[in-house]
Amino acid sequence: MSFPRLRYGLALLPLTLLGGCGMVVMDPSGDIASQQADLIIVSTLLMLIVIVPVIFLTFYFAWRYRKNNKTAAYHPEWDHSTKLELVIWGVPLLIIIALGLITWISTHKLDPYRPLDRIDADRPLAADHEPLNVQVVSLDWKWLFIYPEQGVASVNELVTPVDVPIRFHITSASIMNSFYIPALAGQIYSMPGMQTTLNAVINEPGEYQGFSANYSGAGFSDMRFKYHGVSDDKFDAWVQKTKEQGGTLNRPEYLQLAQPSSATPITYYSTVAPDLYHAILNRCVAEGEMCMDQMMMMGKGESASAQNMNSDDMARKHKNGQDRE
Amino acid sequence: MQDETDLTSLIFGRLSLESIPYHEPILVVTFIIAALAGLGVLGFITYKQFWGTLWRDWITSIDHKKIGIMYIILAFIMLLRGFSDALMMRAQQAMAFAGSEGFLPPEHYDQLFTVHGVIMIFFVAMPMIVGIMNFVVPLQLGTRDVAFPFLNNFSFWMTAAGAGLTMVSLFVGEFGKTGWLAFPPLSGIQGSPGVGVDYYIWSLQIAGVGTLLSGINFMVTIIKNRAPGMTLMKMPIFTWTALCTNILIVAAFPILTVVLAMLSMDRMLGTHFFTNDMGGNMMMYVNLIWIWGHPEVYILILPAFGVFSEVVATFSGKRLFGYTSMVYATIVITVLSYLVWLHHFFTMGAGASVNAFFGITTMIISIPTGAKLFNWLFTMYRGRIRFELPMMWTVSFMVTFTIGGMTGVLLAVPPADFVLHNSLFLVAHFHNVIIGGVLFGMFAAINYWFPKAFGYKLDDYWGKWSFWLWTIGFYAAFMPLYVLGLMGVTRRMNHFDDSSLQIWFVIAAIGALLILGGIVASIIQFVVSYRRRDELRDHTGDIWNGRTLEWSTSSPPPQYNFAFTPVVYDNDSWTDMKKHGYERPRDGFLPIHMPKNTAAGFVLAMLSAACGFGLVWHMWPLVGVSFVALVVGFIIHTFNYNRDYHIPAEDVTRIENERSQQLDRYA
Repeated sequence: MSFPRLRYGLALLPLTLLGGCGMVVMDPSGDIASQQADLIIVSTLLMLIVIVPVIFLTFYFAWRYRKNNKTAAYHPEWDHSTKLELVIWGVPLLIIIALGLITWISTHKLDPYRPLDRIDADRPLAADHEPLNVQVVSLDWKWLFIYPEQGVASVNELVTPVDVPIRFHITSASIMNSFYIPALAGQIYSMPGMQTTLNAVINEPGEYQGFSANYSGAGFSDMRFKYHGVSDDKFDAWVQKTKEQGGTLNRPEYLQLAQPSSATPITYYSTVAPDLYHAILNRCVAEGEMCMDQMMMMGKGESASAQNMNSDDMARKHKNGQDRE
Repeated sequence: MQDETDLTSLIFGRLSLESIPYHEPILVVTFIIAALAGLGVLGFITYKQFWGTLWRDWITSIDHKKIGIMYIILAFIMLLRGFSDALMMRAQQAMAFAGSEGFLPPEHYDQLFTVHGVIMIFFVAMPMIVGIMNFVVPLQLGTRDVAFPFLNNFSFWMTAAGAGLTMVSLFVGEFGKTGWLAFPPLSGIQGSPGVGVDYYIWSLQIAGVGTLLSGINFMVTIIKNRAPGMTLMKMPIFTWTALCTNILIVAAFPILTVVLAMLSMDRMLGTHFFTNDMGGNMMMYVNLIWIWGHPEVYILILPAFGVFSEVVATFSGKRLFGYTSMVYATIVITVLSYLVWLHHFFTMGAGASVNAFFGITTMIISIPTGAKLFNWLFTMYRGRIRFELPMMWTVSFMVTFTIGGMTGVLLAVPPADFVLHNSLFLVAHFHNVIIGGVLFGMFAAINYWFPKAFGYKLDDYWGKWSFWLWTIGFYAAFMPLYVLGLMGVTRRMNHFDDSSLQIWFVIAAIGALLILGGIVASIIQFVVSYRRRDELRDHTGDIWNGRTLEWSTSSPPPQYNFAFTPVVYDNDSWTDMKKHGYERPRDGFLPIHMPKNTAAGFVLAMLSAACGFGLVWHMWPLVGVSFVALVVGFIIHTFNYNRDYHIPAEDVTRIENERSQQLDRYA
């Protein structure tokens, strides 16, 4: 369900007029966010079918039946009309049925967990495509992005190639935040000890704003990052640059980084401990901490070994349960 | 020396001189102003020798009318506090651009938006609706008081004690810096080690007891104390909405109590309900608090709907259109309000089917709500509309609320919510429905029932200033926030980088100043009306040509409301009585059985506040003493058999004769 033409065709609407002057939510650059913007327009139009008459009638009746207008009819005992009742319950009902259908379909289609099936309205995507994976960690009060396939990481800067599907795995180190790049796609919470997922794609190169959309304490207002959508070449060059300039991010460096700080400058890491994200998610970065996935398997040891499953399998099974992939 | 420190920390717990924010100039000035104003009020009371009256006729009163008025006064005082916070936030956000940090550091600003939300919901909107219900419901039912008059007084003082504890946090310690619902892990002991969240918890626990008890009280009153002949389907529509609201209170507030108790156990006893580690889960807190929180929204709006229904019928001079469908719409909203809580956190990662289910149930609520709007419209249709102040507020509400309802349904579409959640669009939406719905409703109610409560009507001129400033101010303050939300601006920001946003915040700040004008105008309205009370006097008791029983008695009503219990044949019972040539009885009065005033409610609530203060600061001796005193106080009160008395028939005759003479003189 896409209405790219509609969005421009209805340029006379004040909503889209304002979209021209910096309304990133109504005029985004990623396919998911564009569909979400279309949905806002369609739902609004649908509701205006009943909203406009109500507002008009309010003013009209208020004026027409004012006390001084002796020409207007006055029926003090009239208080029921089955026909009118049918209309006033029926019309909103029909609109909500239509809106409910749109909601059901669009909620499934734009579910952040659902792998993408298209780059944009004209370019479908094979079901078995391999997205670019980015692991996102919200820290007090900055963002850590780990690129497991490239083996690099960065703080407060996110770079991805244009027209490539991205899959974000998102968690938090301590406080709940919300990972949101309005130009790219809708937001999703980042929560400690839990993982959420967001699938999205950026269609136009550019520099965009990303931030936490859920208040998380004193440094919240500066918990912002730049998001760059770039060409494949530039992305490779960025990875290369990160590899050359960056430091290492092992557990001690991470624990240092996780200390509260605000307005943290952009930092690059050329190497990242491979199990770091798993340890953050399972809250066992510090030495001697037991990982949550191990802890939850405790006491199931006997039955697990009886079924000849190793703990890695169990952990994976458990994690899948968490993020429904 | 060591012993001395131990003793000090045993008595004072965490409280020390450091906890008094005397190094914060804004707070010091606020404190001086508040102290001077407080001393002024106390001095005035002493000078006028009002202490006795205040104690006998108000503080210990169990008359539902006086308790209702006290609730509304409390709400107005707290509105001034909550609105000052709003002004400071608007000023901060209008100033803090491109490198400027504004005048409020996050430390202070984060408390402001937290306390603003808490005060406006719990200590402005709630006391306002409970106050209106207190005053109006027994009169509309044709009864002499609520079912449990003492409980009513106790409920009020518990609410006031909670409000007081919140106010104390301004000058002793700090309030929460967590947002008004205090989500963990931020509100946990690691995220918020200070006393702020404890103030939040104990203020709401104490006030929550009051709200729950008053919910039970009104439910029983409405079910048991209706005048003869008043079947449920002949009940005035405001009382219907009050019934549904109190059912919601009774079913929802225990959840809040439990979830806050669990949070305080996490903080004080080291349990792990909502912590990050040891199997705690913060998502459970978010679910539970919204299972209370969403019905809470309808607790606030349903009585406002009831007010508009009464006002629109009275001032259109017409029966309410679709009374039956109005009642069913109210009931449907009551039930559905329990099935929508998840729409507050679609972005928490529930599956598509779960999100879609809660999105659609939310939309379904708009059907009965829409039906209500149409019913008001068709009540105006073929009416003779008098644009008195209550009706002006109603028309403004109908337009404003429709817009707020539309943005609400939009937010109920989960994929749309993903881009609008937590944005200023959301902030604009809920202010649109709470100001445009609840607050406008309460202003309509105050202008409508004030003559009933005090015997004279409110001044029109200043009332109109208040109305226009509020209405225009609301649009100026919140329409820019819709725009900012669509520009991707999130809420609770202390400062901004992008200076192109600033103009919208400046417009919003101007809107807030207009609203300030509206608040000042309504205070002037009260003062001017009091001074002109002889000109504005209503001698009939039925100033608006009302339709329900409260207009059949004098203004202000006698302590016993009705000398004889009225008999009801129609849902517009007073209109029906007038139409059939009703004659007031002029003799044959009997002694009237009434409840007696008691100080127990006030004393117990103050002990609760002391106990709450001790729990906030870990002053265990104070907690122990006040808790024991509280329990003993309750037990002693149960043995107080001196609870009622009879107003002698002569007194009733005298009061009713004065009324007869007044009516004859001005007829």
